[in-house]
Amino acid sequence: MSTITVKVEFGGGLELLFGNKRVHSISLPSSVPTDGTIAPSNSETPPPAKSDDPPLPINGPIRDLTNGPGEAKTKPLDVQYLMHYLRTRLLTERPELFMEGDTVRPGILVLINDTDWELEGEGAYEISDGDDIVFISTLHGG
Amino acid sequence: MDTGPTKDGLLHTSDYLRYGRQMILDGFGLEGQVKLQRSSVVVVGAGGLGCPALQYLAAAGVGRIGIIDHDKVELSNLQRQILHSEQTIGQQKARSAAEAIQRTNSNVQVNPVTEMLNPLNAISLLQSYDVILDCTDNAPTRYLLSDTAVRLGKPLVSGAAQKYEGQLYIYNLGKDGPCYRCIFPKPPASQTAGTCEETGILGVVTGIIGNMQALETIKLITGLHDGNATLLLFSAIGSPAFRTIKLRARKPTCPACGQGEMSHIIEETDYITFCGGARPNWLEQGLMTGSPGERISVEDLRREMDVQEGYLLIDVRPRTEFGICHLSGSKSIPLSELLAEPAVYLPTNHSTKIFVLCRLGNDSQIAAQALRDLDPSLDVRDVVGGLRAWSQHIDPQFPIY
Repeated sequence: MSTITVKVEFGGGLELLFGNKRVHSISLPSSVPTDGTIAPSNSETPPPAKSDDPPLPINGPIRDLTNGPGEAKTKPLDVQYLMHYLRTRLLTERPELFMEGDTVRPGILVLINDTDWELEGEGAYEISDGDDIVFISTLHGG
Repeated sequence: MDTGPTKDGLLHTSDYLRYGRQMILDGFGLEGQVKLQRSSVVVVGAGGLGCPALQYLAAAGVGRIGIIDHDKVELSNLQRQILHSEQTIGQQKARSAAEAIQRTNSNVQVNPVTEMLNPLNAISLLQSYDVILDCTDNAPTRYLLSDTAVRLGKPLVSGAAQKYEGQLYIYNLGKDGPCYRCIFPKPPASQTAGTCEETGILGVVTGIIGNMQALETIKLITGLHDGNATLLLFSAIGSPAFRTIKLRARKPTCPACGQGEMSHIIEETDYITFCGGARPNWLEQGLMTGSPGERISVEDLRREMDVQEGYLLIDVRPRTEFGICHLSGSKSIPLSELLAEPAVYLPTNHSTKIFVLCRLGNDSQIAAQALRDLDPSLDVRDVVGGLRAWSQHIDPQFPIY
């Protein structure tokens, strides 16, 4: 299975939820489970507490899920999966300030390669290697 | 300065000298200057964004400028609100800004308004202008301005800034440009919308965004704008510092600007409730007395500090704020670190009195409760009114920021 490396940036204060780090380089499998499950953190793949730079090991749970019998439904890596991955593995505090239900909370704009994600299919956008995805909170100050 | 109109009546004679540097630009010309002279712009908010925007709009020769702001000038504004000065502290911002731009360009007709913009007066206050600038600092007013701009069919040049970052949108642009509701149909929770006072702001950042608002306005008036709705993101510490984002088109289903029926009437909408209620008054909340034995006044804290050897004084502000000023003998444990692992910070002797303090007396309550939850027998009290109260009642030399 191949991996995809995506540049993720946070702005407008969202970086505070992700260890106060604005830019992250994340490697993910090109094929992921359809049901939105993130590979469970276990002894084999401990979740990175703060640093995200080491790519997520793609052996173990994910391969089991994708190649397992029966429920082995997979889809190409998309923004929907990325959001759940970020919430599960990278977020360090207050998840309710990042997501609400199955999408980003009101007031957050997602930008895919400098384009409003609504023009790119929102969560269904299939991520390509080298994509630049920005999560930005709308500002109110003046 | 008035030297009388030239024969064609388009501009005054002295205007050719005053505006010549921009009039000789290809694409601008005499035509561009006449368009500016005949245009009108209203700037809502004469703060960090509004001041630089007003300064350049007046200098460039916009014919009529409205300024709407109900606030008064304070010392803490001067770091970024560059039209105000030490001499105008305490004055209405709308008047202070109006006087400042009149000094630069007395030919501009300036209309300061010191009323607060609200759903009942928005249409009448804004309808006589060609372009509306959103230089406000809160979500309810931003929704009100967007709805009003849609109703009036005018472009809304909207800026925002916080910390090291800024954002610039033009809403309701042309036939397809989205409004604020197209992009943010649901308002964010009020807890996510910090103010410049709470989160901080570098003055130049509001200056950059305010200048960009003036620039986009001048482009719209003179016909230099390409008509595409974009979002400009700026980060003083990002690389690249500027990025331009292609935005979605107007949403057919948008309750404000879509084809469907209006789901709300501006005059009957409570925008503050829509945005999750009024902002908490942190100063007042920090002064609440609380349950008996849970809080301590600054006077009692001082007595404890004078007599008591074995106490622990925890300051839960962020480290940067602790570095600005702190009480001697206090220990810096930022709130997020304390909440993550409160047990680590307990004194070895459980009878040690623990006092918790912060800037205004709100975060300290959360921290004190977290420590009490660990062990209800602990003597933990947090300081009513925080360091602000310490400065007001104990040591006037202790800085307020």
